Amino acid sequence: MTDLRTALPPRTEMVAFLQVAGVYLAIAALLAFNLVFTPNFATVTNLRLQLVQVAPVAIVAIGMALVIATEGIDLSVGATMAITAALLPLYLGYGVGVAIVIALAAGLLVGLVNGTLIAFAGMQPIIATLGLLVAGRGLALVFADGRLTEIFDPTLDTLGNASVLGVPISVLLALAITVAAGVAVHRTAFGRRLLATGGNRAAATLAGLPVKRTLVTVYVLSGLLAATAGLLTTARQGASDPSFVGLLIELSAITAVVVGGTPLSGGRVRILGTLMGALLMQLITATVIQQNLPDSAARMIQAGIIVAAVYVQRGRGAA
Amino acid sequence: MTMVAARAEVSTRELRWRPDRAGAPIVLALVLIGGSLVFGDSFASGQNLGNIALDSSYLLLIATGMTFVIISGGIDLSVGSLLALAGVLTAYGAQWGSAVAVALPLVVCAVFGLVNGLLIGRAKIAPFIVTLAALLFARGCAFAVSSEGNTVHIIPADLLLTRLGQAGWLGLHAPVWIALAAFGLGWLLLNRTRFGQAVFAIGGSQEATELMGLPVARVRTLVYVLSAVLTGVAGVLIAAQTSSGLPTIGEGRELEAIAAVVIGGTLLTGGAGSLSGTLAGVLLLKVIQNLINQVGTLTSYYQQVVSGTFLIVVVLVQSRLARRRRR
Amino acid sequence: MIEVRSVRKHFAGVRALDGVSLSLHAGEVHALVGENGAGKSTLIKIITGVYRPDVGDLRYQGEPVAFASPRDAQAAGISTIYQEVNLVPLRSVAANLFLGREPVNRLGLIDYRRMHRAAREILARYGITVDVRGRLGELGLGVQQMIAVARALSTDARVVIMDEPTSSLEPREVDLLLGVVAMLREQQVAVLYVTHKLDEVFRACDRVTVLRDGRVAHSGPVAGTTRLRLVATMLGRDIDEVRRHGATTFGDEQRDVTGTPLLHAERLTRRPLLDEVSVDVHAGEVVGLAGLLGSGRTETAKAVFGADPVDAGSVKVGGRRARRWSPAAAIRAGLGMVPEDRKAEGLIGDLSVRDNIVLAALPRLTVAGFLSERRQAALVDTFVRRLQIKISHPGQKVRELSGGNQQKVLLARMLCLHPKVLILDEPTRGIDVGAKAEIQALIDELAEQGLGVLLISSELEEVVEGADRVLVLRDGAVVGTFRGDEVSEDRIMRTIARAAEEDDD
Repeated sequence: MTDLRTALPPRTEMVAFLQVAGVYLAIAALLAFNLVFTPNFATVTNLRLQLVQVAPVAIVAIGMALVIATEGIDLSVGATMAITAALLPLYLGYGVGVAIVIALAAGLLVGLVNGTLIAFAGMQPIIATLGLLVAGRGLALVFADGRLTEIFDPTLDTLGNASVLGVPISVLLALAITVAAGVAVHRTAFGRRLLATGGNRAAATLAGLPVKRTLVTVYVLSGLLAATAGLLTTARQGASDPSFVGLLIELSAITAVVVGGTPLSGGRVRILGTLMGALLMQLITATVIQQNLPDSAARMIQAGIIVAAVYVQRGRGAA
Repeated sequence: MTMVAARAEVSTRELRWRPDRAGAPIVLALVLIGGSLVFGDSFASGQNLGNIALDSSYLLLIATGMTFVIISGGIDLSVGSLLALAGVLTAYGAQWGSAVAVALPLVVCAVFGLVNGLLIGRAKIAPFIVTLAALLFARGCAFAVSSEGNTVHIIPADLLLTRLGQAGWLGLHAPVWIALAAFGLGWLLLNRTRFGQAVFAIGGSQEATELMGLPVARVRTLVYVLSAVLTGVAGVLIAAQTSSGLPTIGEGRELEAIAAVVIGGTLLTGGAGSLSGTLAGVLLLKVIQNLINQVGTLTSYYQQVVSGTFLIVVVLVQSRLARRRRR
Repeated sequence: MIEVRSVRKHFAGVRALDGVSLSLHAGEVHALVGENGAGKSTLIKIITGVYRPDVGDLRYQGEPVAFASPRDAQAAGISTIYQEVNLVPLRSVAANLFLGREPVNRLGLIDYRRMHRAAREILARYGITVDVRGRLGELGLGVQQMIAVARALSTDARVVIMDEPTSSLEPREVDLLLGVVAMLREQQVAVLYVTHKLDEVFRACDRVTVLRDGRVAHSGPVAGTTRLRLVATMLGRDIDEVRRHGATTFGDEQRDVTGTPLLHAERLTRRPLLDEVSVDVHAGEVVGLAGLLGSGRTETAKAVFGADPVDAGSVKVGGRRARRWSPAAAIRAGLGMVPEDRKAEGLIGDLSVRDNIVLAALPRLTVAGFLSERRQAALVDTFVRRLQIKISHPGQKVRELSGGNQQKVLLARMLCLHPKVLILDEPTRGIDVGAKAEIQALIDELAEQGLGVLLISSELEEVVEGADRVLVLRDGAVVGTFRGDEVSEDRIMRTIARAAEEDDD
């Protein structure tokens, strides 16, 4: 076996290297580019802005990465954020703690419905979560009566806009979630079950693992993380905007996961890579804007990167 | 020998009644009747029904292409963005006359479809990823053409295209007729040609179809071209209808189209489905939307709730029925 | 028609075919038999253009040919009917018959009336009357096979290769299919009929070739051989030598076991694969399941372990019956299983050796949900040493290991649960001689220590020398039981062969 591996042609090694390090290289290149060519890039204000903007996407993407590791997909994350945003102002009257708990519980519930439909009713993840995408956003708008509601709450304001030691709370939270997810994947029985379920469901079942329970848990986690992202976004904006909060974030999250090196075929996950994937996409947008290039260019570059990332990873399943 | 034959005969006869296919039309009929009874003329008036038809026509065009894609076992997420791009290109091209205004978006859409198709059919990258990238790219193009949304190209009112787009015959708007014509041709293509048979076969079993010697990669490629071109037609019509092209339209249209196709009884796993079901699915979504708007106390947001719930329920029922039959 | 001449084929250093010659003649049905790994499928793939031979050549109608793909071979008139029906189940019968060459009218539109009429006519020739507009998948597998044959022939096939066409058919459907095979012979088609079922060889075939370890072990007219001889050749045993000792490392001593069985499976039925199979395994006993491929060996194992649903029957472990039977319940009750297909059902290739070993034992290795590195390492270390698993380090990806070491990983996964009964499905298939001997010795050792083992193997000597008691399966039913001194290769082979004869009615 080792003989075979050393005998691989250099091109394959190059691809293998890109699979692992591509996203880091791209980030390093973009950072270097901006440091040289973009005025005021390396300022605290700018860096903080970039990080604050990427935090919700990163949080959602971590949940998405876990789902994708089980060979699934969760399209309902944006709708979940909308539900969270819509519920917050409704329950603020009972105290901010109650409102937050209810908002998170709603995310948990969405995940529970997704997971049950997928694990027990055997629905395809894409359909089940598509249904909740459509219905969830509608539900959020029904709750909020379609209106944007301004929120004045000191606790939420702190959550959204305050910093600890110069680092915004939302960024700290995103980092904490990344670390927690990394630990969960690599250090807990749950992580092992997750990877086994995604890697070889038949083998996982024969090894006596609770495959269905694992699937439900993963979608619940994704829902909870989406709710957290919705909470943070709403807190930062100081307004509940169920029409637009989290719109199309499912696509950004999937992009971050894929670019970060997690294959859609399941069984493998890169948590740090996912965070980096989200960061890369944010950096592309920021670079484009700060170079006074049109916004549309950012989308096109991102599209190219998605295809390139997947194309590079394509050979992997066969290897 | 006769025993086997007789048993086979019995088991296929059950196929004549296909509850998983009939679901959407039956519910549609019930909703229509119920709507007429409850709301009377405000629903069942010629004008209101005409509006439903117009509203449905764009979705029908997109969903027709999507039906081909899904039956072949794929998915096309790029249609919403392509719709916007086609609209913008129509308005942009209108400065050189109607012919350019129609040809430019259709050609560009065809190229998008071709690239999608080649990446999926030949390079064998997952349809979900390829069309997700195309979604981003096409939206980027739409914004680029309209100077990041700052320029709204207006189609001159005296242009043949505008007059055509806003014309109507027999109480129905021109887009409705065009959508119906495209639907009819699509139906023939899917059900009465070798291409259509190959689409079904590939979705049913790509491996077997390859072994039977069919040009799988080519058919898979063409399916995405078809989807993109039909979306382009819808984009042209919307632009003609509104006399302008906005780069922001069509977000989420891909999901609406997928929902219509799946509600119409087409399996997302591919291999089985029908365009008549898709027609019913499209109408159902739009009629429900219209009905909810009729209810004064209900906001239009309920339409999404109903559509989403409906999607899940329909798919659940379908899979249950399919599972029972397999037993 | 087709001649294969001294073909050799290697895969990554493993010899699949070693100087195999075979010729097919028009109007002749040629049976190709042999156990798994004998090289049958490689040979078929060489004939149909999937592989090229390393050495040797292929002649078709007297001319040397080299097909680039199955499509090429098909165009030249060589059709293959695969074990899994390679049609599209969701499409109608007629659509499957005519896919890619549907009759069209002047406008290029499909003429369904003509297509359905033609489909009915074609099928009528084979005595099949089905609704040609119905979905293919709704029909029985036998009829589906027949339709695959009809499609092959309506494309003017001169050579038809049938790869275990009856493996999932019911007896009636087999009759129908063999009738069609007879018709092919009359129509001067050359048929290569790959099968494990001896009665089919004798009922339908003119010549028979037996492959064993990539070589032709026997080739000649069916009329000149006997069932017993074929079984012996397939299993690589000389009838006269059968009573001598084989080359396994199982100990000689006989274990006497009595009392209540640890595992008591009763009348497991799963139509049409299993028919009231009952198995008992006592503490310290190795029970062998013998039979040709497709006789229900693996199906029995999976039914016992709760991996496949059963129509009827019950499983008791230690005298107790679980309410809902599943692999998880089976493991909790004290069963362990190492599945036949390591790659598809056993290994999680992306995970490390350590992760694969501890997979089933996760609940015992966690402290508040967190995996204890220390306990994992200790466990993995114990089993790597005990089973002598050769790895560079426990973090090595399991897919990088050799077959024998992969198998040991799966054994370790189950052994670290301390099961009462271990089900081993082909534990030594496809692994090297050294690892094979080690695993056989391990099975002996485990039984000494009081473990019950249900051993499935297509290698007769392994069953005979390893098992204290042997159940012989055929067509999903137990057709013979031997214990102690009664167990011999000769008896088992006779039982397989005789049972086949007796059931011919």
